[in-house]
Amino acid sequence: MSLDPATVKKVANLARLALDEKQLDFYGNHMNNILKFIDQLNEVDTEGVEPLSNVSDIALRLRDDVVNDGNKQQDILANAPEQTSGFFVVGKIVE
Amino acid sequence: MSYILQGQTGDWEVVMGLEVHAQITADSKLFSGAATDFGAEPNSQVSLVDAGFPGMLPVLNKVCVEKAVKTGLGLKAEINPVSVFERKNYFYPDLPTGYQISQYLHPIVGKGVIEIDLADGSTRQIGITRLHLEQDAGKSIHDQHPTKSYVDLNRAGCALMEIVSEPDLRSPEEAAAYLNKLRMILRYLETCDGNMEEGSMRADVNLSVRKVGVKEYGTRCEIKNVNSIKAVTMAIEYEARRQIEVIEGGGKINQETRLWDPVKGETRSMRSKEDAHDYRYFPDPDLLPLKLETKWIEEIKQTLPELPDEKKNRFKGEYGLPTYDAGVLVAEKIRADYFEEVAKGADAKLAANWVINELLGALNKDGKTLEETPVKAVQLRGLIALISDNTISGKIAKDVFAEMFVSGKEAAAIVEEKGLKQVTDTGAIEKIIDEVIAENPDNVAEYRSGKDKLFGFFVGQVMKKMQGKGNPAAINDILKKKLSS
Repeated sequence: MSLDPATVKKVANLARLALDEKQLDFYGNHMNNILKFIDQLNEVDTEGVEPLSNVSDIALRLRDDVVNDGNKQQDILANAPEQTSGFFVVGKIVE
Repeated sequence: MSYILQGQTGDWEVVMGLEVHAQITADSKLFSGAATDFGAEPNSQVSLVDAGFPGMLPVLNKVCVEKAVKTGLGLKAEINPVSVFERKNYFYPDLPTGYQISQYLHPIVGKGVIEIDLADGSTRQIGITRLHLEQDAGKSIHDQHPTKSYVDLNRAGCALMEIVSEPDLRSPEEAAAYLNKLRMILRYLETCDGNMEEGSMRADVNLSVRKVGVKEYGTRCEIKNVNSIKAVTMAIEYEARRQIEVIEGGGKINQETRLWDPVKGETRSMRSKEDAHDYRYFPDPDLLPLKLETKWIEEIKQTLPELPDEKKNRFKGEYGLPTYDAGVLVAEKIRADYFEEVAKGADAKLAANWVINELLGALNKDGKTLEETPVKAVQLRGLIALISDNTISGKIAKDVFAEMFVSGKEAAAIVEEKGLKQVTDTGAIEKIIDEVIAENPDNVAEYRSGKDKLFGFFVGQVMKKMQGKGNPAAINDILKKKLSS
């Protein structure tokens, strides 16, 4: 499997990365190398094998419906570039 | 009832499916221990998991799983023993992780059905495609600043059930009936409070049009932001017309997301969302597949309450109520419970009439809910007992009820206090009737010469003299006898 330049551009766009032609070429090659490496898995015959979600036989752990977190507004906002009256402030996003 | 729109080139039919997001009633979030209360201080109910801090791991809330299963069972749907959480990837400021944990290929609940009730008394079966669990996003506020938006993450991570219907709906009325019934079922199950104003139940409408008789579906648009049953009706009417006009004008419908603008009363394209449909779902590596034990599903099944349709049928059979009355009484569980408490050992039809016409009417007039009723069920039963055993007439009972509604006193006490007991003593009634006949010789003569309509006048005069306390049946009997003699 190999990605054409248009697909590389689309993936970059979906990831909100602005890449120029040179960078698209550079990262496109990187991605194709990764895909080529992963492609080796296709050599294994997996016909009739259930997908494996984990190797140890453990089940998903559930928690009780108890409030024991939150109430840390200042921690949550500590890294915000901009904040006011408890809100994060971002550029206008109205449609 | 078919809903057909006339265009310039012929008759058109509307095809719709609804996606409803229902917030699960739970104390904490789907994957974190932060609280879920509505209207809290911004960003005060946010954990580091919800805010997408690096290294934080989601842990699934057991009650949310239980309520999703319970809802599935209430929708008579298949419960999938294995379901998988996946990441739905998109960027938006109120989604701190850059992905929403949702279910995609393997939802927790599969196909089910909802029966909707239409105004003409008929019903229709509407298919449910699936129900899956997912996280809600935060809330953006756009009207506080000219160039900035404010973000509150309190809602981020709250548990949602997305309930998707088949494209079985054909009219605004059916869409409204579907939402009403779904809301009713969720409230009976106590899995979602169904509060559309607070956004705990939100609907997106998928809509396309086709010429009557055509089998293939047209290209559909998804309408977002329809947040009341009235808005759903209006948005459908507008969007159907718009699509017909585009097609008849030689244009093509683009599959797109459109926003309902309740102020302008129109839908408009959300162009920025065009690329967003490439969500690149993949299984969330932080969460193992969710496996449900049959025993647990069985236990949840045991907790299912009697649902609205079953209750309605029972009310018709057990109490002999007409379909309409039964429908009004089961609309809210608390209302149905109240009625059954009143009807215990009382005349059920009388009980239904009093609950529907008098009690609900009085509450409505005062802007009160049934939770706030000053007249308790057992007190209303007491009033009805006084009517049934002829202690008071139905007319006096209305006055007694009005007094009960204000003071919260027992009916019997009010009747005693004000001396409202019905007079059934025929001697006393006869005496009054004699008086009335003596006082109105002209009317008596006219009545006897054939003016039957005057009978009502005499009844009125007698009642007036008896301050409404005369037994109507006895008055009628004796009057008739005396007037014709």
